[in-house]
Amino acid sequence: MQVRVLVRLKPGVLDPQGRAVHHALEGLGFEGVADVRIGRLIELDVAESTSRETLTAMCEKLLANTVIESFTIETPEGPR
Amino acid sequence: MAFRAAVVTFPGSNCDRDMAVALEAVSGQPAIRVWHGDADLPADLDLVALPGGFSYGDYLRSGAMAATSPIMRAVIAAAERGVPVLGVCNGFQVLTEARLLPGALLRNAGQRFVCRTVPLTVANAASPFTAGYAAGETIRIPVAHHDGNYYADAETLDRLEGEGRIAFRYAESCNGSARDIAGVLSANGRVLGMMPHPERAIEPAAVAALGGADGRRLFESILASFAPA
Repeated sequence: MQVRVLVRLKPGVLDPQGRAVHHALEGLGFEGVADVRIGRLIELDVAESTSRETLTAMCEKLLANTVIESFTIETPEGPR
Repeated sequence: MAFRAAVVTFPGSNCDRDMAVALEAVSGQPAIRVWHGDADLPADLDLVALPGGFSYGDYLRSGAMAATSPIMRAVIAAAERGVPVLGVCNGFQVLTEARLLPGALLRNAGQRFVCRTVPLTVANAASPFTAGYAAGETIRIPVAHHDGNYYADAETLDRLEGEGRIAFRYAESCNGSARDIAGVLSANGRVLGMMPHPERAIEPAAVAALGGADGRRLFESILASFAPA
């Protein structure tokens, strides 16, 4: 089963990388960009029997740092 | 009884030798070197030190992989028994990832790697790690990091301040850290994480060349507080 985990900085956590990219987009002449936030996409190939609970535990224990990041788990049945 | 300190080396640690040298210089006892893959720490330790560096290449997040290593299970268990733990730079990142200290270390607000000697204010001079300093004293300690921007939510920051758990603050703009926090203590005061490198400021001969010897008193405080009677 292909699973995608999207890890994002929580709202309010400063993203200097996103800010620098935002600045660079403006420098290239792109207008109307209000904000840029950079996250991480993690693709997992896991056994079909892997439960939501197990995937959530993987995120909470390692894939995301829940002090600063939120995560979304997307399985073939759809995002959670 | 001799002072027994262990220094953990992860793949990518690069300040482990400096840490061992500093501990030996102050205690007169060689530090015990421990490898990340070891499942157990030596018995009867007076201190565990997690050094600076780039453990596991900073994969995923700084300190995240190291926090899951076999030795960290032993370090967490030791900390829960009250064994003192010092984490410097990457060691601080590992301690937050292992949840032995609150908060997280984000990319520096200025996006740049910061490598210079900075002034720090001693915010708590009553802890076992900082007793050799005067409260409010300004000391100079080198920093060298890319991810040193301390973050915690406002409620956590208020609690840390209220409980006297801020050990050091930057006395000048450094990396964007919340409330200028440079070092944090655990609730029981026996775990300290800090981004600046006290082990790089221990030699009086280096006063002029390398930014002073203000880090030495941190190790002397550790010895005075934790060495067996």
